[in-house]
Amino acid sequence: MQSENRPLSPHLQIYKPQWTWVPSILYRISGGALAVGSLLLVYWLIALASGPDAFATAQGLLGSLIGRIILFGLTLALCYHLLGGIRHLFWDAGLGFHVPTAERWAKLTVAGAIVLAVLIWIVAYAVKGAA
Amino acid sequence: MKFRSPLVRAKGLGAAKSGVDHWLAQRVAAVALVPLVIWFVIGLIGQVGADYESVKAWVGRPVNAVLLILLLGTMFHHAQLGMQVIYEDYIHTNWLKIASIYLTKFAAYLLAVGASFAVLKVALGG
Repeated sequence: MQSENRPLSPHLQIYKPQWTWVPSILYRISGGALAVGSLLLVYWLIALASGPDAFATAQGLLGSLIGRIILFGLTLALCYHLLGGIRHLFWDAGLGFHVPTAERWAKLTVAGAIVLAVLIWIVAYAVKGAA
Repeated sequence: MKFRSPLVRAKGLGAAKSGVDHWLAQRVAAVALVPLVIWFVIGLIGQVGADYESVKAWVGRPVNAVLLILLLGTMFHHAQLGMQVIYEDYIHTNWLKIASIYLTKFAAYLLAVGASFAVLKVALGG
């Protein structure tokens, strides 16, 4: 039901980017990305169960340049959604709503997600090199 | 602020009449996913560059198979609850909103069961 000529709240692009709402929408976007990305995990497991040929195809696709870019993006989304989710649990407990506190934790969450995702890939490449 | 009657406060129902169960289910799944996801990422790193047989052996190990199935179930449950909230916020055409929510729920459980079956097949050697 859409009524005519009702005042609308401004859309996101009107607002100055702030350390409160940008991490908030990124949290939602990362969740959506992970929901879609979960298809890759399902595909990978079904390929594994289907036999060596199907698994080799899956490994080839996921290991290609585009595959790796998507997987790195999903790693980043996972790290951000995990850290952001823990932040949300603190909010659910009524903690950390003071604006300077919220902004500090927002920055730490974004930085932490990037560091964690890069670290995971460095370790992964080290394991691959050792294999 | 006491705008609510004692009866409503006792019943714990807001204007929407429901939603607490959804909110809580999403958070319980989230808490369960924290250790499961950390375990999974560490386990997956160990399989980087591994061949078919060793990945199969890793997935098929009883503890790993059980945790993988738990991860799949919890993850897809959490995902469909989250997608529901996104649809409710952004889709304003009612039939499309309802259709999106339930198609996503069906798809989520189909994927969870399908992937879990794959894990079982690997583990039990069907």
